[in-house]
Amino acid sequence: MKYSTWSQDAALAVLATLREEKGAVLMALQALQKEFGYVHKEDVALVANFFNNSRADVHGVLTFYHDLLTEPPGDNHISVCVAEACQAVGSRQLEKDIKAKFGKEVHDGYCFGNCALGPSAMVNGAIIGRASVEKIAKARI
Amino acid sequence: MKIYVPGDSAAISVGADDVAAAIASKVGDSTIIRNGSRGALWLEPMVEVETDKGRVAYGPVNIEDIDSLIAADFMHGGTHKLSLGESEKIEWLASQDRVTFKRVGIIDPLSLADYEAYGGLVGLRRAISMSSEAIVDEVKESGVRGRGGAGFPAGIKWKTVADAVSDQKYICCNADEGDSGTFADRMLIEGDPYTLIEGMTIAAIAVGATEGIVYLRSEYPYAIKTLQRAIDIAHAFGWLGSSVLGSKYAFELKIRVGAGSYVCGEETAMLESIEGKRGVVRAKPPLPALEGLFGKPTVINNVLTLSTIPAVMADGAAAYKARGVGRSLGTQVFQLAGNIKRGGIVEMPFGISIEEVVNGYGGGTLSGAPLRAVQIGGPLGAYFGTDKFETSLDYESMLAAGGMLGHGGIVVFDDSVDLAQQARFAMAFCALESCGKCTPCRIGSTRGVETIDLIIQGVKVDENKKLLLDLCEVMTDGSLCAMGGLTPMPVKSAMINFPEDFTGEVSRR
Repeated sequence: MKYSTWSQDAALAVLATLREEKGAVLMALQALQKEFGYVHKEDVALVANFFNNSRADVHGVLTFYHDLLTEPPGDNHISVCVAEACQAVGSRQLEKDIKAKFGKEVHDGYCFGNCALGPSAMVNGAIIGRASVEKIAKARI
Repeated sequence: MKIYVPGDSAAISVGADDVAAAIASKVGDSTIIRNGSRGALWLEPMVEVETDKGRVAYGPVNIEDIDSLIAADFMHGGTHKLSLGESEKIEWLASQDRVTFKRVGIIDPLSLADYEAYGGLVGLRRAISMSSEAIVDEVKESGVRGRGGAGFPAGIKWKTVADAVSDQKYICCNADEGDSGTFADRMLIEGDPYTLIEGMTIAAIAVGATEGIVYLRSEYPYAIKTLQRAIDIAHAFGWLGSSVLGSKYAFELKIRVGAGSYVCGEETAMLESIEGKRGVVRAKPPLPALEGLFGKPTVINNVLTLSTIPAVMADGAAAYKARGVGRSLGTQVFQLAGNIKRGGIVEMPFGISIEEVVNGYGGGTLSGAPLRAVQIGGPLGAYFGTDKFETSLDYESMLAAGGMLGHGGIVVFDDSVDLAQQARFAMAFCALESCGKCTPCRIGSTRGVETIDLIIQGVKVDENKKLLLDLCEVMTDGSLCAMGGLTPMPVKSAMINFPEDFTGEVSRR
């Protein structure tokens, strides 16, 4: 996936689009991640200043949500669902196999709402049903 | 000529986009409509063609089948090995009682003309002509209960918000459908988003709210896209905005996207998250109905609850409550998932048995191995064996059987399942997703994992089982919300209904 290169000005430009939003801290972090692929370490102070919050509050939000990343992501983002409905059709083994093959690209997912056609995975935002190592490998860029 | 290829993400997950593209490249100027899925997910991608005798279905269609379908003249309903006959006569679908899902899979999700042609906006137009009190009374009278899992009567919640005095009120739709085995919210939003918007607009008029927010999980990117487009179209049409369909009412609707936290499906954690904070559960009281989003009176309902309201308002409370049993009135959208042969959406009146849904509609396991367990109501619901299959699927009967109906998800397992591992997962999931506010949930879940590990390893099995039950009791009684309070349900039900998996011996087989 393609992301912009982080700079303070670029980050502030993202925040400026959310100036009118109420309770915007989480939205701001999500927007920054969408633009740059992750939340840069200097973003915490920027967001705090911009929305008149404490840095502790922003740090708290950043560390609460599984989606938010603090390191630049790799080329691929693979999530394998490891929740019950997918467990019932072999996701535990699939997760092991995928992790062995693609390592750091793989994140645990908890349900993509595709529970009748599991095991399910999401590769770079595209959903895969009846997932296998081959199908996931094919969907990577 | 119209060809329907579902754009539902479950259908896409098994190749519907490729099938749509392949058909488009070969059949020229026909119109391909990306409808929602009718819910027979094992038949996806299910392609339908409009013919003289109505819509004719084929499925599951793979791209390799396109050439032979064209050779069989499927464009005119020709016979092919994938023929399913007339869509309306497919027994699995025709035998259901679709109320909330009546348009899903049939219409073009974003076509307002389709929506109105199939009964959309009738409920809202009627609501606009009524007093707020009369709308609330109608919803109360219908007996509609919260579909998120708790089953609280929607009308009573609305009445509380309607009676509250405030300069600002909110309608929040909880679309944080994080429970494994549930996908009805997603399918409704992807297949018939205007129904949700209509339900929220009616709620707003009933309680005097002018702003609505749909808290939609990030794991549902397709639903986010569809709903945003639907909101934009409804705006342009003059449905949303400063004058709802030309009336004196104003209503604005926005989406807030979640960030991968399960506990944010708990209503007060959801409010915190919408406010941009950590998704930490709030103590109740104050009720969100009185002090909810940004401290203002707020209606919080699940997607299915709100999406059922248009039907209630269009057809009247009496028609709705004629369905169901006891205090569980109307229909429930069951979701058949996991190791299931014919998975998908089964909407039927409350009171249908587990057997009828799982073996009747579901046809048993996908693997063909004997069915050993079902988990009903999401990760916090109970594990049952087949001895409980005559239980009626309604709120009260499920409670009496030691489980809960929850959001209506049913996850099926074959005989390879190890219930001790499932119990361990319940605790581990709670440890991962706990918001951390209260100790029984935050610490108890980790101690739970450790204790189950000892049982699995055969260390002081009886003592540790006793300890685990004690821990479950503390979590049930001492947690603030359902996360910690109900995690013991899968654990205890697994221990009670499948004691042979908790003996500490290496393996049953």
